[in-house]
Amino acid sequence: MLISLRQINKVYHMESVDVPALRNVSTDISAGEFVAIMGHSGSGKSTLLNLLGCLDMPDSGSYHLDGEQISGLDADALATIRNRKIGFVFQNFNLLPRTTAEENVELPLYYGLPMRSADRRARARKLLSRLGLEGRMKHHPGQLSGGQQQRVAIARALVNQPPLILADEPTGNLDSRSADDIMALFQELNREGITIVMVTHEPDIARFAKRVITMRDGEIT
Amino acid sequence: MNGLMIIKIALRALARNKGRSLLTALGIIIGIAAVIAVVAVGQGASTNMKAQISSMGNNLLMIFPGSQNAGGFRGGSGTQQTLKVEDGEAILQECRFVTAMTPVIRTGVQCIFRENDWATQIQGVNTQYPKIRNWEIVSGDFFTEADIKSATRVCVLGKTVAAQLFQSEDPVGETIRIRNMPFRVIGVMAAKGTSAFGQDQDDTIIAPWTTVRRVLDKSKFNNVNQLLCSLTSMDNLTLARNDVSAILRQRHRIDGEDDDFTIMDMTEVTQMITQVSSLMTILLTVIASISLLVGGIGIMNIMLVAVTERTREIGLRLALGARRRDIMRQFLVESVVLSGVGGIIGIGLGVSAAYILGAVNHWPVVISPGSVLIALTFSAGVGIFFGFYPAWRAARLNPIESLRRE
Ligand SMILES: Nc1ncnc2c1ncn2[C@@H]1O[C@H](COP(=O)(O)OP(=O)(O)OP(=O)(O)O)[C@@H](O)[C@H]1O
Ligand SMILES: [Mg+2]
Repeated sequence: MLISLRQINKVYHMESVDVPALRNVSTDISAGEFVAIMGHSGSGKSTLLNLLGCLDMPDSGSYHLDGEQISGLDADALATIRNRKIGFVFQNFNLLPRTTAEENVELPLYYGLPMRSADRRARARKLLSRLGLEGRMKHHPGQLSGGQQQRVAIARALVNQPPLILADEPTGNLDSRSADDIMALFQELNREGITIVMVTHEPDIARFAKRVITMRDGEIT
Repeated sequence: MNGLMIIKIALRALARNKGRSLLTALGIIIGIAAVIAVVAVGQGASTNMKAQISSMGNNLLMIFPGSQNAGGFRGGSGTQQTLKVEDGEAILQECRFVTAMTPVIRTGVQCIFRENDWATQIQGVNTQYPKIRNWEIVSGDFFTEADIKSATRVCVLGKTVAAQLFQSEDPVGETIRIRNMPFRVIGVMAAKGTSAFGQDQDDTIIAPWTTVRRVLDKSKFNNVNQLLCSLTSMDNLTLARNDVSAILRQRHRIDGEDDDFTIMDMTEVTQMITQVSSLMTILLTVIASISLLVGGIGIMNIMLVAVTERTREIGLRLALGARRRDIMRQFLVESVVLSGVGGIIGIGLGVSAAYILGAVNHWPVVISPGSVLIALTFSAGVGIFFGFYPAWRAARLNPIESLRRE
């Protein structure tokens, strides 16, 4: 099992009310799966993805990732896991502005094992050309289309060769053509063995996944 | 991430807002430049001063008539008629630390050679004078004991007087008129430059004291403006001063009341100068601290702005695997680079300003590597100190909230 969640609870405390975002969530995702998480707005999809991404901690329950117990690790250990095991793809791409595509892709390598700068550059360029961005290495995000920006972001997610990719509405800001391209790319990556967990509320997009998890009011149905 | 890489990234981040970075660093730039320039000029002046003090003579002890009042060395010293040549001779005989003594009798004179005339000061001294003042004769000779005994009308010219009366000619052997009396020039003194008190020491004529007293002043009294003594060594300074004081008090029959003479040595002159320069150091430190403080607050302010502006970037870096210390280091290095570059620019400006000031005013300028190093250390220190809080704020950010920020 790549991911194993048991009895996960997460409550957001507001001034007067407690908002339960996740309630007794238990699920397993094995290596090589392509999962879409669906559900209404506010059902807890992003909260779950943030927990899977080690960006947040559950209030209770246990989370094992790639055989490792995550609950209870300190911030630095979580950072290392994010760097080695997880690639993030965001709805709004989150590329550094005024920074070239290749430099954006190199970013995770700075926080990993020491590496020569020429090797970093070579790795970034190889990935970018694989994703069809040969001519766009020196372009800034502002000089790229939405689909191209998302492909740069995917290259960045892949650069540390993580086993898992987490994507929160990766096509939310794209037109349907680009969205389909990105999904085709995800399927290709999945075929190569990368596990993908993706949040979406569009059935057309969820269709590309092998399995759909549906959430309602913080619970998996 | 290696150090060079981090600095490169910091420089790049700062270069994105060139104008803002420059304005922020301005406080540091101005502060460091001011300190470097003033220290350079001040050190030049003090080096000059030290050279001037040592140019006054070897192991010198100066005795002036008149008492010393509470305010220190009094302006009117040398005007009272209480100190005599005989006092000096007694000191030379009785104090074993005094190796040489000369009286100094000063009076203003007008001197003429052909169509040139010049107002200067004549000093009546004895034959020990060149040795005591450590002052060489470059041409001709100094006068002898015989000249003193018979009050001969001979004189030795300082460089300035020689130049005024003779231009480039050799004055030795010529006769000049001092107060309309003919004097034979027998020698010329080496150039000595400005004294620690700012006078041109070469603008003088030196003659036997007897000649000045009897012939020029037409006086039968032996009172002097000053007695100059050479000591065996500065180690015996206190003993020598006590001896001299005791001898003079006994000769002047002073018992209990105030002394009617003042003894000064080079340590006092040095002290006076050190006092001025230490006051300057305090002033400078205050200026430097204030400008570095203001500069530092500016840096803190702009770094806080940068952290707010780049919250999304911080969230992203955290998501990609940056640890808190990576974020902390990134912003700390940025503020240190900002203040450090400001410091370097400040040093450059300060050094240029010092040389320009020195060239325009003919001041000596000394740039010590120490002051440059201290300036650099302090500017980097300001960056660390004032960059710490913004960097800590950045490192403490929550990745999810930061990523959601617009
Ligand atoms: N930081 C927070 N503070 C308080 N409540 C929060 C916070 N984040 C999420 N919530 C609440 O937790 C619940 C789940 O939110 P979550 O963002 O996971 O929903 P979602 O399924 O991703 O919705 P959407 O499809 O709109 O993105 C919601 O009720 C939301 O209001
Ligand atoms: Mg969401």
